[in-house]
Amino acid sequence: MIHVTHLQRLEAEAIHIMREVASEAENPVMLYSVGKDSSVMLHLAKKAFFPSVPPFPLMHVDTTWKFRAMYAFRDRMAAESGMDLIVHINQEGLDQGIGPFSHGSSVHTDVMKTQGLKQALDKYKFDVAFGGARRDEEKSRAKERIFSFRNAAHRWDPKNQRPELWKIYNTRKARGESIRAFPLSNWTELDIWQYIYRENIPIPDLYFAAERAVVRRDGMLLMVDDDRYPLAPGEAAETRSVRFRTLGCWPLTGAVESTAATLPEIIQEMLLTTTSERQGRAIDHDSSASMEKKKQEGYF
Amino acid sequence: MAHNNEMIADDIIGYLHAHENKSLLRFITCGSVDDGKSTLIGRLLFESKLIFEDQLAALEADSRKVGTQGDRIDFALLVDGLAAEREQGITIDVAYRFFSTEKRKFIVADTPGHEQYTRNMATGASTADLAVVMIDARKGVLTQTRRHSFIVSMLGVKHVVLCINKMDLMGYAQHVYNEIDEDYRAFAGLLGIADFTTIPVSALEGDNITEHSDRMPWYNGPTLLEHLETVDVETDDQLKPFRMPVQWVNRPNLDFRGFSGQIASGVTRPGDRIKVLPSGKESRIDRIVTHDGDLELAVAGQSVTLTLADEVDVSRGDVIAAADAPCEVADQFEAHILWMSASDMLPGRPYIMKIGARTVSCTPASPKYKINVNTLEELAAKKLGLNEIGVCNISLDREIAFDAYNLNHDTGGFILIDRLTNETVGMGLLNFALRRSSNIHRQAMVIDKVARAAQKNQKPAILWFTGLSGSGKSAIADIVGQKLHALNRHTATLDGDNVRHGLNRDLGFTDVDRVENIRRIAEVSKLMVDAGLIVLTSFISPFRAERQMARSIVEDGEFIEIFVDTPLDVAESRDVKGLYKKARAGEIKNFTGISSPYEEPRAAEIHVDTTKASVEQSASRIVAWLDERRYLG
Ligand SMILES: Nc1nc2c(ncn2[C@@H]2O[C@H](COP(=O)(O)OP(=O)(O)O)[C@@H](O)[C@H]2O)c(=O)[nH]1
Repeated sequence: MIHVTHLQRLEAEAIHIMREVASEAENPVMLYSVGKDSSVMLHLAKKAFFPSVPPFPLMHVDTTWKFRAMYAFRDRMAAESGMDLIVHINQEGLDQGIGPFSHGSSVHTDVMKTQGLKQALDKYKFDVAFGGARRDEEKSRAKERIFSFRNAAHRWDPKNQRPELWKIYNTRKARGESIRAFPLSNWTELDIWQYIYRENIPIPDLYFAAERAVVRRDGMLLMVDDDRYPLAPGEAAETRSVRFRTLGCWPLTGAVESTAATLPEIIQEMLLTTTSERQGRAIDHDSSASMEKKKQEGYF
Repeated sequence: MAHNNEMIADDIIGYLHAHENKSLLRFITCGSVDDGKSTLIGRLLFESKLIFEDQLAALEADSRKVGTQGDRIDFALLVDGLAAEREQGITIDVAYRFFSTEKRKFIVADTPGHEQYTRNMATGASTADLAVVMIDARKGVLTQTRRHSFIVSMLGVKHVVLCINKMDLMGYAQHVYNEIDEDYRAFAGLLGIADFTTIPVSALEGDNITEHSDRMPWYNGPTLLEHLETVDVETDDQLKPFRMPVQWVNRPNLDFRGFSGQIASGVTRPGDRIKVLPSGKESRIDRIVTHDGDLELAVAGQSVTLTLADEVDVSRGDVIAAADAPCEVADQFEAHILWMSASDMLPGRPYIMKIGARTVSCTPASPKYKINVNTLEELAAKKLGLNEIGVCNISLDREIAFDAYNLNHDTGGFILIDRLTNETVGMGLLNFALRRSSNIHRQAMVIDKVARAAQKNQKPAILWFTGLSGSGKSAIADIVGQKLHALNRHTATLDGDNVRHGLNRDLGFTDVDRVENIRRIAEVSKLMVDAGLIVLTSFISPFRAERQMARSIVEDGEFIEIFVDTPLDVAESRDVKGLYKKARAGEIKNFTGISSPYEEPRAAEIHVDTTKASVEQSASRIVAWLDERRYLG
């Protein structure tokens, strides 16, 4: 008997899901947000279709406030994959000068990310978009389907979810409807890290501890990534050994003090740590019901 | 216990290597409200130390605020989304939870246990390796235990654990355990659950969950977690004959043609003889291609890409199977069906069926019987409603490769999809193929439709008139028939008068009978089209799905839908036969437009507005339409 490990089962499942989408969607796209989950998803896509190049483009909905290192990493990964990279920026939001410092995290995220995503899906008429969300991230995601339907206004209707039986997915949809497909649904954060380690998957350096210029504000350590950072009077950047557990817009993503500079050290730190992953993300500091609301409104 | 912090701190590399080789167990917990399901799952999450400090602090606060355990932690709150869901009006269905230990990763499907959630339980069970059947020690084996066990056995969940909870409330007494175990054994035998493990626990107190309870020294078996960690799930899947449904044809360039899929069962090696089904063509495996290099061996559960030694035709939905033990091929089956939609399953209505990577059209016949999930009694049934399970014959529009579900879940389990709403309306398990279809060889006949039509100098077709009672269907059809006759064309007419009194005199006006009525009319029309005739049918035919079905059984261009559009008030004011009056008075049940719906065509070939055109004008327009499109030679 050949032993099939949990990572092999998760990998095979994700590949199966991707191939179903490639076969049944008219115009699929993979949302690529440059974080570790996106890195794993991209890696799985390469595996699913090898020796072919994955038969869909990557799309990054750019809020223009990502870490500079993320942009460089994104462009390199897209080039190496041989896939097309579409970068979409909500031009209206940009014209209105929407940003995290001027408008706060929720307006910024809503306009630049949520609205930006809807715009992009409409513009390119994508009918299925892969996302890297996991069920273990948050209580309200535990019930999310692997194939999640959105109506023409991109709203999620939690009352109208299809049962998913065995590994058979019903991908039929009415005109105007679209699907978010989550191949990493059954992965946990530890699975993601362990897989990155096993498969040697490249991830942005920001995940690894290094000396970085940070400012302490509202209990969070924020990295001064470019000159858009408005320092308050008396505020000064200090250099500390920090790393990031999640990557998003730099003004909204808190760093943690750490010396973990290798993958095993990161995993070690994660396993011995005592707070859950999302604490570093300003957007999720609201209650878990608000997450459900965001999802209904089309935030991934 | 679950994560060895010392090892993590001292030897993270060693830890990672050990953890890489963990296996995965997917299980479902079956229990009714208050059996302690949430408490049990919450405790497993807690004990596996996957609860972070911030979550624990929140849990402690919640426990004091809304918990049922005084100052103690209420583990149920960790997973109890259901109450919140009810408030938010979200479908109460399947939630998936994750935890892991040194030995295994676990995925728990958590579903409510009431009868109205049968479909959710079946959903959770469809991917489970193991089922934990919860029993309240105070109550013993109940009706719902039978229901849960029946679903578990029907879906072929391989391992069953009988978890007798709340032993603390029964003084941890051994006789309670023995009695329940015996009761269940008698019943499980009937269901064909050959083997199960009974564990006495207290989810609340933590007895026999992760640690052996000294309050039940008489119990020598494993704790629940020990059992979950060690039960053998490297199932016999690898020992079964090789099967791989083809999901995607991999063609990066002209020199490479591979077939991608997830291996459903068995193992395969380069050189193995295979058969492609349903075509039956044989070849050999040439390579097993993966991103990490070619494999010498691939096993059930892996997603791979195969290349074959010969150029054989393979497309999505085909099954690549071991040549010496191939799947069967058929187009008619007996199946178990669990209905999952609020609109009934109507015999004779075609649904979309997805099995493996294949999508076909599937028409269920009347159920042979339905099964009372509480008593296992077989009951007569004409249709299946939400959460009902029945046994039916089904027929497909073409042959597929399959195995009986009890031999192979991936090649024997299917879903049914409604053509119009795209909803997943049912799940089914193939029991066996009906042999009669393979014995009736379709005769390739020399005098065929084309020959007959040529003789009559016309293109055969069905003119399908649809509209409300009294809309003018028959009147218009009649004039069209006369005009065609005058043009020396060959027609036949089917309407209520000649069909309801003969062929369909056994049918009434319920939804089920209406569907069957239309099915027969469609089949008869098809035979007449084969005879080269232009068929005029005038039936209300209120449901889109049936008109679609009639359309789908003939060739493109042979079905001409004519919507005789008369508003209800106009038809009612005409009331030629006095039927509307009777319907309004409640004397006629299920009368279209009054007490039964009429679904208007969305894309009829011809739309006739009887408030604007006379019967004669409409009939002329239809004949002109046919002439323009060369139906009249
Ligand atoms: N005494 C006792 N009470 C229990 C046990 N397990 C659960 N309960 C209680 O039974 C009630 C229902 O439990 P819950 O886990 O919410 O049940 P669920 O509806 O099946 O999820 C709660 O008040 C629990 O505290 C047990 O082993 N012993």
